[in-house]
Amino acid sequence: MTHVPEITLTEEGARWLESAVERVRADARALDALFPAAGRMCGRGPVPGAPGWTVDEVVRVRLLLALPRKGAELGETLFELYSHGDAAERAAVLRSLAALADASDLGEAGVPIVRDALRTSDTRLIQAAMGPYAAANLPDHTYRHAVLKCVFVGVPLAFVSGLDTRCDEELARMMADYAEERLLAGREVPADVWPLVERHPTVLTRINALIGEER
Amino acid sequence: MRIFDPHIHMTSRTTDDYERMYAAGVRALVEPAFWLGQPRTSAGTFADYFDGLLGWEPYRASQFGIVHHCTIALNPKEANDPRLHAVLDMLPRYLAKDRVVAVGEVGYDEISPAEDEALTRQLALAAEHGLPVLVHTPHRDKAAGTRRTLDVVRESGLPPERVLVDHLNEMTVAMVAESGCWMGFSVYPDTKMDVDRMVTILKEHGLDRVLVNSAADWGRSDPLKTRAVGDAMLAAGFSEADVDTVLWSNPVAFYAQSGRLDLSGVTASDGDPITAGGDYAGNTVLRGTPA
Repeated sequence: MTHVPEITLTEEGARWLESAVERVRADARALDALFPAAGRMCGRGPVPGAPGWTVDEVVRVRLLLALPRKGAELGETLFELYSHGDAAERAAVLRSLAALADASDLGEAGVPIVRDALRTSDTRLIQAAMGPYAAANLPDHTYRHAVLKCVFVGVPLAFVSGLDTRCDEELARMMADYAEERLLAGREVPADVWPLVERHPTVLTRINALIGEER
Repeated sequence: MRIFDPHIHMTSRTTDDYERMYAAGVRALVEPAFWLGQPRTSAGTFADYFDGLLGWEPYRASQFGIVHHCTIALNPKEANDPRLHAVLDMLPRYLAKDRVVAVGEVGYDEISPAEDEALTRQLALAAEHGLPVLVHTPHRDKAAGTRRTLDVVRESGLPPERVLVDHLNEMTVAMVAESGCWMGFSVYPDTKMDVDRMVTILKEHGLDRVLVNSAADWGRSDPLKTRAVGDAMLAAGFSEADVDTVLWSNPVAFYAQSGRLDLSGVTASDGDPITAGGDYAGNTVLRGTPA
């Protein structure tokens, strides 16, 4: 399955997941109790080879893939689940969006969830929001501000999808302005700023002229 | 001194408090759902409040090295507002969450029929979800309210060791001790219990099933009262192990009955993780030497 890392569960965990998937397939409302229980039943450790992902997130995404819903209706179910979720559940809904776009015709129906997460101050949610789904579906202006917010709150850009194709000159300008603001205040500039600025030589030339050798 | 504050409303406190609590030895706490200074008027504001207890507040606590769990319930005062009865229907969804370690605060405020119904329904939900219960005792007519609370708990069929009866004083401690429930004491600057009376009660009743909390909230209160009790216990001749029993092991034992207590993030004062004792009845609890 693309966008969902492989995990190895204990025998007990695997059995629980298998039966939970069957129950969700038969009745979406079963998720209300099963979705929160995923971490307790299957573990919460990091997933080897998939930076940022945890086991409970993968398990929760598998449950969401079993939902017998598509498109806008699926988007509504996801938003409801996200709204009533704790931080770990919310992160899992955010991480599921790319897989559900592929498998369940989610389309743009998951965008309101990404926008909600980007309004929070919780770096775990902001990081989970900035996966391939956000890269594919956020409008330019929103995407640029989301990347700037990541730099601002300390989410490493290594976790942000789509920079290769979506870092335009306007985003580089915003980053350069941010760097300038930090330098004028005598504060450190986050290292993640520079690779984006360097993609756009005109922006780089301007900021270099301003800061000289300080960098 | 490592401290687990089993009852504190961090939503009403500042980051300065978190810093001072960490410096005083607080490494874990439980934030019960309760009323705010301003009465709420719709179930939606409760959903937002519960989401905060499960989302933003544990995140904030973690940035200061403190592990945050919560309890979820419709409190007795607001159970009297018919517009809020829908909160009871919302509870099963929240009681399924990872960091919810009890149903609470439930109990009595003015001791009304609506409070009776809310209490009975929530005791049944606790049994259904396998969660212990944190019971608030009323500020007014406390002894009568506590007696009635114990009767309702007995009728619910919940084992007394899964029930914590809080805000006790000299008038109510004996009946709760006799019931087999856990005894909670809220140490406040000038109401409820104070530090010296608390030490006297510990001398008279022993340490068994006793929890001490600051119950700090938006009123006049002090999040460092747990530490003050620990210091006063040492000054009165209790050992460090006694202090650790009251301020750490007892709250851990009570909330671990949920099977959801996760103390794997607890660190010693030098910032290194405390050696974890591994899984204990589904909890990741620390059972090693005190930090």
